[in-house]
Amino acid sequence: MNEYDGSEDDADEGEGGEESAHELRISKIHNGTVIDHIAGGHAPDVLAILGIDSATDEVVSIGMNVPSDRLGHKDVVKIEGRELSQDEVEVISLVAPAASINIIREYDVIEKNRVERPSTVEGVLSCPNRNCITTEDEPVATRFEVLDDGVRCLYCGTIIRRRLTDHIDV
Amino acid sequence: MSHDHVISAKSLSRADIETVLDRAAEIDRTPPDRDRHADDLLALCFFEPSTRTHMSFETAIKRLGGDALDMGPVESSSATKGESLADTVRVVEGYADALVLRHPSEGAAQMASEFVDIPLINAGDGAGQHPTQTLLDLYTMREAAGSLSDLTVGIMGDLKYGRTVHSLAYALTKFDARQHFVSPESLSLPRSVRYDLHESGARLKEHTDLDAVIEELDVLYVTRIQRERFPDENEYRQIAGEYRIDAATLEDAREECVVMHPLPRVDEIAPDVDATQHAHYFEQAHNAVPVRMALLDLLLAEDDR
Ligand SMILES: [Zn+2]
Repeated sequence: MNEYDGSEDDADEGEGGEESAHELRISKIHNGTVIDHIAGGHAPDVLAILGIDSATDEVVSIGMNVPSDRLGHKDVVKIEGRELSQDEVEVISLVAPAASINIIREYDVIEKNRVERPSTVEGVLSCPNRNCITTEDEPVATRFEVLDDGVRCLYCGTIIRRRLTDHIDV
Repeated sequence: MSHDHVISAKSLSRADIETVLDRAAEIDRTPPDRDRHADDLLALCFFEPSTRTHMSFETAIKRLGGDALDMGPVESSSATKGESLADTVRVVEGYADALVLRHPSEGAAQMASEFVDIPLINAGDGAGQHPTQTLLDLYTMREAAGSLSDLTVGIMGDLKYGRTVHSLAYALTKFDARQHFVSPESLSLPRSVRYDLHESGARLKEHTDLDAVIEELDVLYVTRIQRERFPDENEYRQIAGEYRIDAATLEDAREECVVMHPLPRVDEIAPDVDATQHAHYFEQAHNAVPVRMALLDLLLAEDDR
């Protein structure tokens, strides 16, 4: 019952493990994080936030445009061997507001959380204003206020509306 | 004052602003005792030159009986050896009772304030905020127009890069002023500022031509359009020329219309305006001292308690 294969559909949360035949199957993970219910097509944004690209060596499985009752189509990202930090989860909420974060240990879901849109995000994003103090060699993390349709640097006031993932600081 | 640090006009409440202006008016009428802040030292950390801001803060603390500690020119400071701003202000905090910071990077004052417990005053951070300029602008308006309520204010010139303008607009919004922004399209308000103003319920209109609004204005605030904002000389000349005023321009203005400018001016206000009843820009410059005295008096008095 607790075994989690990461591709449960929306209606049967908690039951886990039942896949409809037409759904894309991706491998189970041993220890790590499953990010489910990412709006279809946004898995690459989530990967960018987590700094995962061709140069990283984590084992990552990605399901894209998997049919979903709640979202129509959803993406799923499974990362072996990595549990996400709160800062990372908060930034993910900006590109995937419906996502759920499942922490897996020994094939079991030990924690399952919906992302919540935070009022501010710290670190992870970098300020696009080259004259902003946070781009200099100072001992501070970036801080952004979360707006309805973007984020705003709490130091210089610059607003990022589109293409948030262009501003990921990794 | 509910804030120990003065970082932006945005973070000052209407009541904070009124407290400072009231104190400035008292100081203007009755200069405080020369030993009022006899033991207080004000550190002046200017990471870029600004002679007048520097001089007026120095004058203000000395008129209050205190003294100024000057970091000196940035070329001879530890910053050139690669010291972070966060370290510099933490060191200076040990020397002084309050700190004035001028820095070329936006957000510098906010960041620095997170590292010190003594009051920090932002004296300009890049294209960001310059709250004491705003306070003296408001003081000048209040003294000249009698009140800050129900004002119609025109702000003209470089609205894109002019930080003076942004701070002023945030503050005027707290007094529910009608604001008319007049600029060439290429120098209109930046998106983030327009967003904030709308969010805070500002009554604002944007124009490319002063003629559209001059008759309504209680205050006309003129700023300089800088040559370096334009790719070529001809374009600059042509555009800047359209945003200059002279005595003839003001014939259409209300008799009581107050003309202000943060100075220095180049030629955006013709010298023939100086002799008219509209000219208030030299008063505005002089008001830097009582307003900065008032602010320091309030911050340092709070500190002494
Ligand atoms: Zn910034």
